[in-house]
Amino acid sequence: MSDPVITPELIQKHGLTPEEFERIRGILGRDPGFTELGIFSVMWSEHCSYKNTRPLLKMFPTRSPRILVGAGEENAGILDIGDGLAVAFKIESHNHPSAVEPFQGAATGMGGIIRDIFTMGARPVCAMNSLRFGELDSREVRRLFSGVVAGIAHYGNCFGIPTLAGEVYFDKSYEGNPLVNAFCLGVLRHEQIARGAARGIGNPVFYVGPATGRDGLAGAAFASQDLTEESAGQQRGAVQVGDPFMEKLVLEACLELLATDCVAGIQDMGAAGLTCSTCETAARAGTGIEIELNKVPQRAPDMTPYEIMLSESQERMLIIVKKGREAEVQRVFDKWDLPWSEIGVVTDTGRMVVKHGGNVVADIPASQLANEAPVYQREAREPAYLAPIRNDRLDAFPSSTDLEGDLKKLLEWPTLASKNWVYRQYDHMVRAGSVVGPGSDAAVVRIKADSLPPLPAGQRAPDAPEKYVALTVDCNATYVYLDPYEGSKIAVAEAARNLACTGAIPLGTTDNLNFGNPHNPEIFWQLKESVRGLAEACRHFNAPVTGGNVSLYNQNPNGPIDPTPTVGMVGLIEKPEHVTRQWFQEEGDAILLLGTPVDTEDPWLGLGGSAWLKVIHGRKTGRPPRCDLEREKALHDALRGWIQSGVVRSAHDCSEGGLAAALAESCISHQIARGTPRLIGAKVDLSSVACPRTDALLFGETQSRVVISVSEPQTGRVLGQAKTLGIPAIRLGEVGGETLEIRTPDSGLRWELRELHELWWNAIARAMH
Amino acid sequence: MKFAVLQFPASNCDQDAVHVLKNVFGHDARLVWHKETSLGEPDAVIVPGGFSYGDYLRTGAIARFSPVMRALLTFAANGGPVLGICNGFQILCEAGLLPGALIRNRSLQFRCEPVHLKTLTTESPFTRRIEAGRILRLPVAHGEGCYYADPATLDRLRANHQILWQYADARGDVIESASPNGSLLNIAGICNEARNVAGLMPHPERACEAVLGSEDGRPIFESMIS
Repeated sequence: MSDPVITPELIQKHGLTPEEFERIRGILGRDPGFTELGIFSVMWSEHCSYKNTRPLLKMFPTRSPRILVGAGEENAGILDIGDGLAVAFKIESHNHPSAVEPFQGAATGMGGIIRDIFTMGARPVCAMNSLRFGELDSREVRRLFSGVVAGIAHYGNCFGIPTLAGEVYFDKSYEGNPLVNAFCLGVLRHEQIARGAARGIGNPVFYVGPATGRDGLAGAAFASQDLTEESAGQQRGAVQVGDPFMEKLVLEACLELLATDCVAGIQDMGAAGLTCSTCETAARAGTGIEIELNKVPQRAPDMTPYEIMLSESQERMLIIVKKGREAEVQRVFDKWDLPWSEIGVVTDTGRMVVKHGGNVVADIPASQLANEAPVYQREAREPAYLAPIRNDRLDAFPSSTDLEGDLKKLLEWPTLASKNWVYRQYDHMVRAGSVVGPGSDAAVVRIKADSLPPLPAGQRAPDAPEKYVALTVDCNATYVYLDPYEGSKIAVAEAARNLACTGAIPLGTTDNLNFGNPHNPEIFWQLKESVRGLAEACRHFNAPVTGGNVSLYNQNPNGPIDPTPTVGMVGLIEKPEHVTRQWFQEEGDAILLLGTPVDTEDPWLGLGGSAWLKVIHGRKTGRPPRCDLEREKALHDALRGWIQSGVVRSAHDCSEGGLAAALAESCISHQIARGTPRLIGAKVDLSSVACPRTDALLFGETQSRVVISVSEPQTGRVLGQAKTLGIPAIRLGEVGGETLEIRTPDSGLRWELRELHELWWNAIARAMH
Repeated sequence: MKFAVLQFPASNCDQDAVHVLKNVFGHDARLVWHKETSLGEPDAVIVPGGFSYGDYLRTGAIARFSPVMRALLTFAANGGPVLGICNGFQILCEAGLLPGALIRNRSLQFRCEPVHLKTLTTESPFTRRIEAGRILRLPVAHGEGCYYADPATLDRLRANHQILWQYADARGDVIESASPNGSLLNIAGICNEARNVAGLMPHPERACEAVLGSEDGRPIFESMIS
């Protein structure tokens, strides 16, 4: 079969502009061949090159004394957690594949992010995810939602990684374009960091893992265009099929091999498969690489060089082995019954040379291919939709006449309701490290000796203390839609607040920028404003960005998704006794609110962009609450101080649904076992809090607030210290009873906990039937 | 005491079992690779949780043919104590060391959550240190944990007191809604007639340390150790 002729149509089909094609000709000094065209098209897709976002990403803070591997250097960033130990973590999207084939799309999203972590030499120890779907009254949305959750469960459970935390939002803007962002964290010793570099001229290049097929052809390019009915149909073949069993074998074999010190470089074949892994490893090392495609294990007959190079078959790794140590690769991979093949060699030419039966089918300068994709400064313009939103006023929404009913509606709103329907499908306890699992503000995982990758045979591990790492993933995209800058700051602030509530200090951030088509100036404005907000807030909380992912073109013919810059944040807890959960613990404890009950300078009193406005009035409008980063950080520092001094019994941040939802969750969210919630009531008095509207007092989402409980005798001390520190704090009431009671300036409200729990716990299960 | 913990290619609770036996109980525990033909000379064997060979076909269907299984059959036939946890339970059923089978959860979904267990008899090497009447709270994590056997087998299990644990509510009442998978008779764990081989779907190794939220798995290992 001969290669097609390169025509303008073919170039366009590859998502390359005429200018980009000229640039390729300039680099090569000639016309590219068909295989080369394919290689450039995937490497210069947004997914691999960040060509539309690179200038923006420079805004992110990326340094701290803890950073061992920084953003953009490798497949994932690595942070020092002390005692010679480190964590590698990253979040990555698999949105388009999940829209087309939810089960495999989500499963392979898990597979991909897990490989990014063990490529760094780390043992993956836990996962999280951030999911967005349309609303559950649509049968198609239910199909996507259940498929995605089952896909994540299938892959993670079989692989043996606990999925410890996550978030799920349901909103019309994601209908037809769900978001599936998967996060993985691994641990390793400092000296175990592996590099994705093709070092050592003359070193052999090994392919390990299952054979290459036609599945997932050019998935990276697929992810870099709008999703349409037509593209979804055509691109079903671009979705890969995941095999978690294979991934488990590849993981164990790679870690075992890395312990032998015979590996010079290692990289997974993720997006853009063999293409990306070969040119990136060569580019990082400043070397060249030459491979022979006939030596690549293939599972489909008659595959062309183009297909082999662009395939995204899963669970494959590229390993550069120190010359003379080839037999060790064979020994380890045979032990795990894994295919392997020596496919090439590291050269000093700086070129990526691909041969097929001895004939050169691609010969490209590796570093220019990997690093010199065009960079675009896109036009940005404030979206037109914001003008009418600015003219909206809170007065247009009548005060609530049924505050008790409103809380119930909020708690059974799927976005706010318990996500147990989701996380009970994930094994969240495997590896005996889950100290706090799903359903509290942030998850906490224990790192112990067996969490780490193996050491060389015969070497004894130095004693290292157990570590407690907290993690959370957050983004209220409604705020971002209404005000990308402020909303993005809030996403970071909420993540940091969730960590503080568990007793953790932030270490670093990974972000997943999910946006629409960047060629639309309004979308690009969202992106720009959002990155500005994220960058400022990450800097403020000393949580530099260590890596992440950009997913653009998240739109379908009905329009773009709400801009969704998902923030994953990782923190460290000094001692296990500091680990704090969100639910009330003891009858008779005092309930305190840290932070201002209502920001009365906010014309929307915290109801702009709120869950209350969405659920009760069906509107997504208003000015989202402001987030003062100074005050926010002071609150976190004070809260951690109290947690460390042992006075805090529970801590829960106020987010969607405001103070009332936070109080209700503190009463009903402790699940002891199947069918066995621990319900513990509260009596709260807000009658002396000045607020023009009681609905805003209960459901407003003023930022920088945390509900804590402390033993009664400690109350005075905490309130006194708060005053000294300048942290607003009031005593709200006390824990106890079988109801939640709130006295407001104009009424007494009362809810039966059994009823609230039932509404909240089973809401998603009801919607799915 | 010396424990052998079998390790199939996709076992994923093997390290957790070793961690608990070594670091919590201070006993010797060794991983035995599925390609080995000898167990060494252990005092007891744990068949841990996980997905053995991916289990795309039927849980444990391939694992039963592993070289190490022959050694396990001999060990069990000689009266050695064997405990199968989750996937280990499924493998023991497939290998014929325990009666019945574990089929898909009736919800058709994977379930991971703590459950309450009632212990029916202390007459076994796996339950003898469980205080009478104590309800255990242990996590489950499985997609195929619905215990199934024909009526004659169930009758035999009952008559011989081979049912060790049933899913129950917090008070110990054996009610259908307490079961995460729809098992017949709410069965969570059983032993063989000789009482030296047992299997259970819940994970006692995930509940031996206070920091993980429950220490109710301890008496099961303490029973084996004593």
